[in-house]
Amino acid sequence: MSSVASTYKIILWSKKNLFSSWINTLITILTIYFIYEVSFFFLDWAVFKADFLTNFRGERIIDRTFCSKNIEPGSYGACWTIIHVRFYQFMYGFYPAAEVWRVNLVLFLLPFALVAIFFDKIPFRKYFLYFTLVFPFIAFYLLYGGPSLTTVGTNKWGGLLVTLFLGVTGIALAFPLSIALALGRKSNMPVISLLCVIFIEFIRGVPLITLLFTANFMLPLFLPEGASPDNLLRALVAVTLFQSAYMAEAIRGGLQAIPKGQIEAARSMGLTYWQSTRKIVLPQALRISIPPIVNTSIGLFKDTSLVLIIGLFDLLGIGRAALADMSWTKLYYEVYVFVAIVFFIFCFAMSRYSLYLEKKLRTDNN
Amino acid sequence: MSEKVITLDKVNKWYDDFHVLKDIDLEVIKGQKIVICGPSGSGKSTMIRCINRLEAHQKGTIVVHGTELTSDLKNIDIIRREVGMVFQQFNLFPHLSVLDNISLAPIWVKKMSKKEAEEVAMVYLEKVKIPEQALKFPGQLSGGQQQRVAIARSLAMNPQIMLFDEPTSALDPEMIKEVLDVMTQLAEEGMTMLVVTHEMGFAKTVADQMIFMDEGKIVEQASPQEFFTSPKSDRTKLFLSQILNH
Repeated sequence: MSSVASTYKIILWSKKNLFSSWINTLITILTIYFIYEVSFFFLDWAVFKADFLTNFRGERIIDRTFCSKNIEPGSYGACWTIIHVRFYQFMYGFYPAAEVWRVNLVLFLLPFALVAIFFDKIPFRKYFLYFTLVFPFIAFYLLYGGPSLTTVGTNKWGGLLVTLFLGVTGIALAFPLSIALALGRKSNMPVISLLCVIFIEFIRGVPLITLLFTANFMLPLFLPEGASPDNLLRALVAVTLFQSAYMAEAIRGGLQAIPKGQIEAARSMGLTYWQSTRKIVLPQALRISIPPIVNTSIGLFKDTSLVLIIGLFDLLGIGRAALADMSWTKLYYEVYVFVAIVFFIFCFAMSRYSLYLEKKLRTDNN
Repeated sequence: MSEKVITLDKVNKWYDDFHVLKDIDLEVIKGQKIVICGPSGSGKSTMIRCINRLEAHQKGTIVVHGTELTSDLKNIDIIRREVGMVFQQFNLFPHLSVLDNISLAPIWVKKMSKKEAEEVAMVYLEKVKIPEQALKFPGQLSGGQQQRVAIARSLAMNPQIMLFDEPTSALDPEMIKEVLDVMTQLAEEGMTMLVVTHEMGFAKTVADQMIFMDEGKIVEQASPQEFFTSPKSDRTKLFLSQILNH
């Protein structure tokens, strides 16, 4: 019975929302037709007419000349073999194959390090949080090497590894920095507040790409002669500073939403500024600012692709390198669509998480 | 036996050009219950907020328990430990349970162990008659219950003086009594209290001094008997006629 009722509900809903007037009906039909055409065309290209490992004659594709679309006139399906051939590089860059288990182990452990941050009602959360704290050291040791592990220089890192490294590390390092900046901006001490305002407004007033160039060319000038910090580190500094300014503004919004009475109550009981900030103000302010923080994080995650400008091979950089290979050149759509899909998966996950949080915050406050 | 616990001497305060407190003199003796009333904007809240330095005064001296309030942070912290405050808007911490709200300051300011502080918290929750609400969050309580938690939270620091800043003004009428009952009980136990309120019934039974403030000045200070039956100033008479006959 309930399925009949729900079908009836759907019909009622469509009648009310999709076909309430002739113009509404027209728009509905045109939109459905448009969605159908676009998705059909895309699926046709990406799946039905596409080559994966073999072409339409059943031959193994070994370079671009074997792709169906380059043999058969009028054929237009995607030739995904380029992704297959370059998949290792897309994921790890030029990381030595013998050591790649280290990257895989880090990627496997990453969710365990994040889960306690993302969800506050999981069993054994305290232990997960301890793991979160030690994870950066484990990850660095595994990725870079150290005692009893061969060193893999960051010039060998690439692909999704670099994208995730810059995104996750940049966001993680920017977080404490941004709290300090947000509190500093609201400080009663004019010098501190002015410094924070100048820093935040300067960073926000400059494109990330400028910061990347600056970090790349100017960081060596501040360091002792001969010490050349590695390229990835330079990019990480730029990305972290950039993200911290945006996050600081998100957190400042949260701080402003805390009623003055909260601080007065805390101070009137004898709590110091730091105690009331840590126990009363920040827990409440951060909860409010999580959705905007996630939003800026999505932005940053995508912006990490700009590092290809300073010669790093992130996911997009590897894609460009693949296209430069003479035997696979001109397969632009395949490469860019693949890169877009990978970025989309991560950003969409973050955006869903942000929605989940907003809903949760709304119910928690009632 | 008349130990002075609070002394205000020629206290002045300005908000920019606005002169909120004008030469306020006040002496509070240990165990005294003082009710402060007056029209809004008369400076009564500002005055009691100066006593624990939520507001800074610009001229004159305030001495609480022998410690003078200056911009010296150490003195301010000492005084805040001795002086509890209850606010009009309760100001409970919404992200903490009732128990955590109350045990927070004992743990962080008095360095009690968590267990000890929670025991203290339960004692005061019993005192305000809502021990069964200990694990709830402030948002789940009624206004009257929230204000009683706020009182318990202040008492948990074992203050020598309690300041009440219009504690019942934000409450629905049917909840005012439960809060006033707790305050009356506190008064009977000998707590030194400064209460800003318009609850004249409470004032008549509990206060041993009435203060009427207007335009930043203490216009009249008298025993409740005198204050309600034969006020001296015309301004007080007018105020009383408005507040008692509405």
